[in-house]
Amino acid sequence: MQEITTYLAPHRLDEALQAMADADATVLCGGTDLAPQTESGARRYQAKLLNIRRVQGLGAIDTTGAEIRIGATTSVAAIRRHAALAAIAPVLAEAAEHFASEQIRNAASLGGNLCNASPAGDLSPPLLVLGAAAELACWRGGAVQTRRVPLDQFFVGPGKTVRRADELLTAVVFERPAADFVCRFRKAGPRPALEISTVSLAVGARRAGGRLADVRVALGSVAPTPLRARRVEHALEGKGLDAASIAAAVEAASEDARPIDDVRASAWYRGHLVRVFVEEVLNELRRD
Amino acid sequence: MSCVETEIRFQLNGREVRLDVPVTMKTLQMLRERLDLTGTKYACGEGECGACTIQVDGQTVNSCLMYAVDCDGRELVTIEGLRTPAGLHPLQQAFVDHGAVQCGYCTPGMIMQAHGLLQKNPALTREEACRGLEGNLCRCTGYTKILDAVQAVAEKG
Repeated sequence: MQEITTYLAPHRLDEALQAMADADATVLCGGTDLAPQTESGARRYQAKLLNIRRVQGLGAIDTTGAEIRIGATTSVAAIRRHAALAAIAPVLAEAAEHFASEQIRNAASLGGNLCNASPAGDLSPPLLVLGAAAELACWRGGAVQTRRVPLDQFFVGPGKTVRRADELLTAVVFERPAADFVCRFRKAGPRPALEISTVSLAVGARRAGGRLADVRVALGSVAPTPLRARRVEHALEGKGLDAASIAAAVEAASEDARPIDDVRASAWYRGHLVRVFVEEVLNELRRD
Repeated sequence: MSCVETEIRFQLNGREVRLDVPVTMKTLQMLRERLDLTGTKYACGEGECGACTIQVDGQTVNSCLMYAVDCDGRELVTIEGLRTPAGLHPLQQAFVDHGAVQCGYCTPGMIMQAHGLLQKNPALTREEACRGLEGNLCRCTGYTKILDAVQAVAEKG
């Protein structure tokens, strides 16, 4: 039997981190993943239930500096309606737009979506193409210690990240994209709402003089973790968008994606969708 | 499963509520089983259907996923809170007038979600209503009459 002995809803980060120091806390924020996972028995509660939704400073979006910062308890709805963030990183706003339903978007948090580490997590591909890092904090030696992990090293498997049990994801940070940054997000599922992506794709790059630079491409639902499509990136880096470079990128996508058969789609279909999406998105960017 | 209880205080349909809840209890169960407000419905229990939709601090959420402890200090409105002494809320009346209710099970969640959409955007278009209600399933009406009812209220402003 699992037994929760303590419930905490602290207002300060140091209090939250001290509660996690013994690595015996289940973190609660929106509850949209935690509730069904614990109800179904897929996940067990730890001795402490730690509600971080009231921790001050964790729910803020800061777009004013050279570094963009989104607090971990920020709801998906807040990301979706943040005009400055949408102007800076439309790929993230687009993913938030197609995230679950309004009721879920109002409750679900950015940090929860990332720490749940679903291969299909909708916010992961856009944040990967923005070059984001996860900020992790813990309580050590009587003080708050933080470290940053690039998001492409954060996920290690379905439901697994490098976050230690005494660490809290406090924010996601990324460098302000350059003025010539272009980006796109695409996801597929049998219906637009409440769909766990069959395949998702995000593309971001700088475009100057007709050529792409700093190309980042990320795929969801085609591997045990959301991943950077390094071969696609390599096929596009320094190239203009034309029939030849797009065809090369499509071929590379088949090498990057490692889809499996599951209840939502066959590996064959996912592999096909990846090719279609890469071609469609690159053609869209080409026409812009 | 055993777990601790904690005391919470919140506003529910305009009145102050104070009670002890097990920390893993969901808001839906608290409303139905502890507070006898059975208008809010349980269907899927995992946030897919919207039958349990309520408003918390002006935002609609699935009460089946929301931990009751997280209600502490917040303002909740359920379907029971829409009716006024003068009678049904205009949106409730529109559902009646347009035949937007068949079995009725999705209706409270559908109305709460549509109510939230109309509060944010009184001039909601049919397309916007369609998008905004995508987290609410109805297995009877085919949605047409529901959208008719919502649109009628939006047009009245």
